[in-house]
Amino acid sequence: MSLYARRLLVNRFNLMVSLFAMMFGLFWLAWILFTLFEAGFQALTPDLFLRTTPPPGGTGGLLNAIFGSLFMAAAGTLLGTPIGIMAGIYLAEFGRRGWLAPVTRFINDILLSAPSIVIGLFIYEAYVVHVRHFSAWAGIMALALIVIPVVIRTTENMLRLVPDSLREAAAALGAPQWKVITFVTVRAAKAGIITGILLAIARISGETAPLLFTALNNQFWSINMNAPMANLPVVIFQFAMSPYENWQQLAWAGALLITLSVLALNIFARVFFRNKTPVY
Amino acid sequence: MNAAVLQSTPETVVQKIEVKNLNFYYGGFHALKNINLGIPERKVTAFIGPSGCGKSTLLRTFNRMYALYPNQEAKGEILLDGENVLSPGQDLNRLRAKVGMVFQKPTPFPMSIHDNIAFGVRLYESLSSREMDERIEWALRKAALWEEVKDKLKQSGTSLSGGQQQRLCIARGIAVKPEVLLLDEPASALDPISTGRIEELMHELKTDYTIVIVTHNMQQAARVSDYTAYMYLGEMVEFGVTDEVFIKPRKKETEDYITGRFG
Repeated sequence: MSLYARRLLVNRFNLMVSLFAMMFGLFWLAWILFTLFEAGFQALTPDLFLRTTPPPGGTGGLLNAIFGSLFMAAAGTLLGTPIGIMAGIYLAEFGRRGWLAPVTRFINDILLSAPSIVIGLFIYEAYVVHVRHFSAWAGIMALALIVIPVVIRTTENMLRLVPDSLREAAAALGAPQWKVITFVTVRAAKAGIITGILLAIARISGETAPLLFTALNNQFWSINMNAPMANLPVVIFQFAMSPYENWQQLAWAGALLITLSVLALNIFARVFFRNKTPVY
Repeated sequence: MNAAVLQSTPETVVQKIEVKNLNFYYGGFHALKNINLGIPERKVTAFIGPSGCGKSTLLRTFNRMYALYPNQEAKGEILLDGENVLSPGQDLNRLRAKVGMVFQKPTPFPMSIHDNIAFGVRLYESLSSREMDERIEWALRKAALWEEVKDKLKQSGTSLSGGQQQRLCIARGIAVKPEVLLLDEPASALDPISTGRIEELMHELKTDYTIVIVTHNMQQAARVSDYTAYMYLGEMVEFGVTDEVFIKPRKKETEDYITGRFG
């Protein structure tokens, strides 16, 4: 067999293997989504958004859990994003000299890949145990701790994509470094940084483990920050494992809601900002 | 050799920048070796030489651009109007207000054409919005860009063509009214028409500014410059009036490079 014919054969073989690998992955994803949509859509009623979680056998919705999830995700993002952006700016813009930046980056990478249950347990140990009750505050802290490393990583990466020539151009006009950063570099990386924040929101909106040890759950409507607060992931966790038909239905509906909103966030992040990053 | 270089600077013109015994290091790499040079005021001075000879490095010492990076170090003296810009007490922002720079690749900021120019001006002057508009028009006219962009000042600077972006960068540089303009291969990424406009521009600008240009293109150096410096491997081989350097260079190496028999 000639060398060329063999290369052609190897190429075909590898293409086939890649194709099967892709189809294998997509098959399970499609199955999961199909099951979710089939079971979830049946439970999608107006009551879902208007009534709070019912007792076993009763009727109700997910209002308190939807509110709790939106509220804690928003507060966690608001708390974590500024810290993450500022740390990312430090790493990208000031971290060229010295040892602090490489060490910070290394620790951040560990935090980024830490299982979220560890974050939940950490807040449990550090906060919940001391105040002796689960609370919305604790949930927000845990979610913020998940947001921070994601935002640090994307902010740093996006700022590093901004070419040095742009920083030099601004510095060459005599602009002090803080002006170069705020008016030129961060602005040039804005679309990427916002995408990172949106992806961080998508990440925390489905997290169960960090909330299980912190905000726990609440059967009733509550906006008390120092009391347990309902949220979709933990409600799904509890309701799906219960023997009650109506709870299981609501768990499916909740899962569908989270999936749809994460999907929407991802699509929004990708489509809306795809063409917004200037190319140099 | 260095004495010869110094003498070759005509004494009738005022020297805006005087370089004395300048050495430059990228970490352990000795990139500029004992450079001595005088840049005449309100003239165009060109640095030519093969890639890696240190001409951009030399240019970037004049506004201390290298100070942005760790492990880059200049030793010696660079006198701008008699004041040593390499001294540790030099205020970098004030220095860069006096010594503007335009880079090889156009670098419009991610903001409108108007704000691109206003950004630099606002660092030094607080102008009313009418004065600012006048300044922007003045700078854009100087850079021969006004007619093309006067109706779209609110558009993003990145939406312009490459040649327009580069002229925007020149307008941005002159809007802060520097005394020296450093051009680092300003036309190497541009088509011949845009290049021609930028070369015309240099002719007009030199009545007000001292211009130093780094270029790979020897024809360009011959066309636009009054003085030419030929550098090789971090050394200043020859410096003199452009016509003399190109027509009867004193050094064999210069002649070889200019006539294309390099090596």
